[in-house]
Amino acid sequence: MTAGRSPEDLDFTEAELSRYSRHILLAEVGAVGQARLRAARVLIVGAGGLGAPLGLYLAAAGVGTIGVLDHDRLELSNLQRQVAHSTDRIGRPKVESLAATLRALNPEVRVETHQRRLDAAAALELFPRYDLICDGTDNFPTRFLIGDACHLLGRPLVSAAVLRFEGQLSLFASHLGPPHPCHRCLHPEPPPPGLVPSCSEAGVLGAVTGVMGTLQATEALKWILGIGESLSGRLILWDALDSRFRTVRLKRDPACALCGEGATIRDLSAHR
Amino acid sequence: MLPPMDGTEATLSVEVNGEARRLPAGTTVSGLIALLGLDARKVAVERNREIVPRSAYAATTIAEGDAIEIVHFIGGG
Repeated sequence: MTAGRSPEDLDFTEAELSRYSRHILLAEVGAVGQARLRAARVLIVGAGGLGAPLGLYLAAAGVGTIGVLDHDRLELSNLQRQVAHSTDRIGRPKVESLAATLRALNPEVRVETHQRRLDAAAALELFPRYDLICDGTDNFPTRFLIGDACHLLGRPLVSAAVLRFEGQLSLFASHLGPPHPCHRCLHPEPPPPGLVPSCSEAGVLGAVTGVMGTLQATEALKWILGIGESLSGRLILWDALDSRFRTVRLKRDPACALCGEGATIRDLSAHR
Repeated sequence: MLPPMDGTEATLSVEVNGEARRLPAGTTVSGLIALLGLDARKVAVERNREIVPRSAYAATTIAEGDAIEIVHFIGGG
């Protein structure tokens, strides 16, 4: 077990050097980057369609500590897209199933399971323990709680969403101040209940969650490594039926209730 | 579909979701959302590859040649 190490610690075992050799070959990663990944702590909220590929790629990449939060148990209808689980695990907690898969893929990483519903108390308790939060949840109230908590607690957020044949992805680092926008600069409020369908109501092509969860993992890894152009201030939109990606700019809204100059959201009391 | 123009009013040529449209001069983003019959609470609006903040819809006037895309608010995982 090599999790919980300092990013300055460049001492790798033979097995680690072999496992991560294709990363270490990359000039942008190298041993220094691999040590950063090993020292990183990432929380995945939602062990479902997005959380499965996200967890797989973060674990395979050697992210040293991966937290997985989900309150649900695995159901047969999950397996059309939640590819890190398996049929023989139906009925088991999803966090246990995902953790088992990640540990089997890479025993070098530490997987912490949180089998609970994310509420304000859970966010306040858990988010400060991680460097980066990834949102792969399936409902708007939880997404707004995560977005608000990340801004207020000073954590970057990689947020992906899917529905039918569509995917969206952005990274929010509004706690760093301008020019970084927050999630409420895109959508100030959640839609009223019932106005926007969920995947269980409207469906989703399973592979779309795989694409978006994998892009989410890529942006999380880039952030940890500090390489390339961060997605903060941009939004990736993918339409699988059109086979079309678009990247659009998202600016910080001075009138935003969370990160604007006259911000009115100063705690998570609205989520209690 | 947008309502046909009567030809006497000044109009703008714009693109909405990749299709050429004509809009009355002075149309704001709020006005466009109403013309398209959309509910502002479940979309974001992108103008020339930039998201328009919802707080600026009423004050943002659409200009000749603008490319507008409606971004649906989705939250599945």
